[in-house]
Amino acid sequence: MTWDIVIGIETHVQLTTKTKIFSGASTEFGLPANENACLVSLAYPGTLPVLNKEAVMKAIRFGLAVDAEIAEYSVFARKNYFYPDLPKGYQISQFELPVVNHGHLKINNDGVNKKIRILRAHLEEDAGKSVHGIMDNKTGIDLNRAGTPLLEIVTEPDMSSAKEAIAYAKKLHNLVQWIGISDGNMQEGSFRCDVNVSVKPSGSNKLGTRREIKNLNSFKYMEQAINYEVNWQIEQIEDGHDIIQSTVLFNPDSGETKAMRSKEEANDYRYFPDPDLLPLKISQNDIDFIRSSLGELPEECLKKLTVDYKLNEADASIIVSDKKTYEFYQSLIASGLDAKITANWVVGNLFAKLNEHELSIKDCPIAQEQFVLLIKRIMDQTISNNAGKKIFDLLWEDPDKNVDTLIDALGLKQVSDVSAILPMIDEIIKNNPEMVEQFKLGKDKAFNALVGQVMKISKGKANPGQVSELLKNQLTKS
Amino acid sequence: MKDLSLNELKQGLKNKDFSSVELTQYYLNQIKDLNSQINAFITIDEEKSIQQAQQADQLISKNHFSELTGIPIAQKDIFCASSWKTTCGSKMLDNFYAPYDSKVVDLFNKSGAINLGKTNMDEFAMGSSNETSYYGVVKNPWNLDFVPGGSSGGSAAAVTSGMAPAATATDTGGSIRQPASLCNLTGLKPTYGLVSRFGMIAFASSLDQAGPIAKTAEDCALMLNVMADFDERDSTSIKRDKENYTQSLTSSIQGKTIGVPKEFFNNELNQDVKIILEKVMQAYQSLGVNFKEISLPNSQLSVPVYYVIAPAEASSNLSRYDGVKFGYRASNYKDLEEMYLKTREEGFGDEVKRRILVGTYVLSAGYYDAYYLKAQRIRRLIADDFIKAFTQCDLILAPSSPSTAFKIGDKTEDPVAMYMQDMFTISTNLAGLPAISAPAGFINKMPIGFQLIGNYFDEAKILNFTHQYQSISDWHKHLPGGVL
Repeated sequence: MTWDIVIGIETHVQLTTKTKIFSGASTEFGLPANENACLVSLAYPGTLPVLNKEAVMKAIRFGLAVDAEIAEYSVFARKNYFYPDLPKGYQISQFELPVVNHGHLKINNDGVNKKIRILRAHLEEDAGKSVHGIMDNKTGIDLNRAGTPLLEIVTEPDMSSAKEAIAYAKKLHNLVQWIGISDGNMQEGSFRCDVNVSVKPSGSNKLGTRREIKNLNSFKYMEQAINYEVNWQIEQIEDGHDIIQSTVLFNPDSGETKAMRSKEEANDYRYFPDPDLLPLKISQNDIDFIRSSLGELPEECLKKLTVDYKLNEADASIIVSDKKTYEFYQSLIASGLDAKITANWVVGNLFAKLNEHELSIKDCPIAQEQFVLLIKRIMDQTISNNAGKKIFDLLWEDPDKNVDTLIDALGLKQVSDVSAILPMIDEIIKNNPEMVEQFKLGKDKAFNALVGQVMKISKGKANPGQVSELLKNQLTKS
Repeated sequence: MKDLSLNELKQGLKNKDFSSVELTQYYLNQIKDLNSQINAFITIDEEKSIQQAQQADQLISKNHFSELTGIPIAQKDIFCASSWKTTCGSKMLDNFYAPYDSKVVDLFNKSGAINLGKTNMDEFAMGSSNETSYYGVVKNPWNLDFVPGGSSGGSAAAVTSGMAPAATATDTGGSIRQPASLCNLTGLKPTYGLVSRFGMIAFASSLDQAGPIAKTAEDCALMLNVMADFDERDSTSIKRDKENYTQSLTSSIQGKTIGVPKEFFNNELNQDVKIILEKVMQAYQSLGVNFKEISLPNSQLSVPVYYVIAPAEASSNLSRYDGVKFGYRASNYKDLEEMYLKTREEGFGDEVKRRILVGTYVLSAGYYDAYYLKAQRIRRLIADDFIKAFTQCDLILAPSSPSTAFKIGDKTEDPVAMYMQDMFTISTNLAGLPAISAPAGFINKMPIGFQLIGNYFDEAKILNFTHQYQSISDWHKHLPGGVL
């Protein structure tokens, strides 16, 4: 039997606001415990929530970026449950009427485009943290995070493989950073995914029972967790067991998902509208204002690269996978570089090196002007692409070096002078009659070997394009 | 001294007839003499009060007068005041000191008023008799066997017995007006949103509203001048220009119309109460006011609607009292769940637990639509009734309480009978409207009030009408002196 996989994702995105969503306390990460726990964070009697407009603006920004409807009227509700790191005994969230409805995000998985529908996105406050293991037999409570604004983004169950789920999560991760609503820092918990997984017999219209994998904050774990969960569910059903709707946690050490104790999830949250907050009303003016400041979105940039710059989809996708990379690429093009050669250099050499050293684009040691000069020297045929790579490596090691000085010092300037190259070609033709014969029989390999010979006696300095052209002329002449 | 109005006290301080320290000491002595019998105060701190009075005297000596400079008032123990214990009448907060002032306390401090102490109240303001307080029942100064009403029973008892010239109070379903009625006082519940709820311990957030309890409409107006102010820390606080509520007290009300809802004046109304209200109407007629029958068809549903919405909000508002961060924590427990259970079992009284249970029930999955949602819909209808009625009249006359004070212990075993105490006051909380209760007379030597309900932000009109009545009647001047 074959199975269809059905996946929906809920992502909690921490919004980058200076202060918490319902109080003036700072949201700064990494401070000593409870440094940001103001009276509202501590739920002191008589304290009241006051909505942070910045968080609302960021939610609208997201809604516009995924082409969603922005609700003119939305409502904050209380989600009631007891937990020590939830100081009020309820979390303020949006329930029936969220601020963002019905958007979508386009993903590309192995060259296939797919539209993932976003059902809703709503604003809510984060909880604090329980800290175990510091005191004997006691649990500490750190309320620094309590009240940090979150946007919870919920998709329809539109993904049908772990790979699609990852493609969606990565796309979303890029987008929230691109539009400046989140730092996307997964280690610090700024971007956390709950993944709903179910399976059904291929082609069936009836959805299977889902299990929700909670709190995944790495793409690698997400992929492992989904794959494990899918196999587990299929095995269960094939063994004649029912899937029980439940919440599961992924253990990265064992690579397994495991259901939480049912007690931990047996909650009736008793949602009701929070009487301390007025309904959130958003005017068309607000929306227009935010739209005007949204700037180019990744999708538009991708189109620009593939249509206007004629880059292939794969390279273009990599360039727009991160706003800083895109801006870097655009600034290179603005210095007069060729779009395709530059794309090859950025996606190929530069990214390979950055990845090798686990650096991001902003940490690149090579000065941008030297990188530009390097590509210019390749464009004007002063050096070959191979010589360029050599210089690139040297620059990486010693960023103070200058491209032109290196070319001179290493004698990498390629020979493009016909009068200098022709004698070399003639010599090679003369010395390799067998290969010439092979070429005439139509063997391309022989031609490449002859080019190689010429390059060799030029000590790599001859312009390979020119060698190739002249050699072809001479061979057809003879 | 104890029959002087706030204006007369202000004048006395200005004329240097007495200092703020003398005045404050006078009331502190009254408290010393009377509080052991009446139990109106939970916390008094002579040193702090006198210190505040000394500061006021310094200002007075430089002729620096604000609204209430040097005048002592009592604060209901629901308002957080830094360096004062704030209990909300509960064991849960028996040793709770808020490191902040509520907006109301802050405004009184800025007005130059002296805090005389924190008054007793029903636990978390849940009650109509002051019998649910962890600190014991408050006794009605008009007869110590009787309740003073609630939840602001401590504030009412303090003012009527002369332990304070005026007091703050809060009203969620009648907690200002019903004790005012039962203690021969004037108590005003303002429009929802007029007075900030910041630092006022929440019972039911969409209904809670702070206001004054005093001897007269004029005193209430002076108090409201201080209390009414926009506060950005309370999202439900309404931004509007400050009004001067004393300005229009003496305006003529000739030719105005008071609506009389037929649903309140039916056969079920206590005959003695009815006779008293008819006398109030006659007095108003002598002032040139017309009466018109109006209808509030959904008002009979107020009590059941209230007892869905208020407990629902309370069940959530009181979740923060879990023993984790502040307040009471059980001493013996083996794990987190037991700490929660024991803390809340030991820290809350029966009435609070009853309302948490009801509230939790009506919000539960499967019951929400049938109870909470339906109650919210009826709430809207109740408000619409009032809005329609105010197209036909300036104010609405209603009883404040169904009867005079009842005996301590009479209704403690019958919560529903207790809840019916608020049958005439609750609908205005549900609608968010302002209303006042003022002295209307006596039945068997026990006082009872009448209620005037106004349209949104019509506090000035309500105070004007009440002041006009008080200028031709003297019920409000009666003091329980003979009893004590």
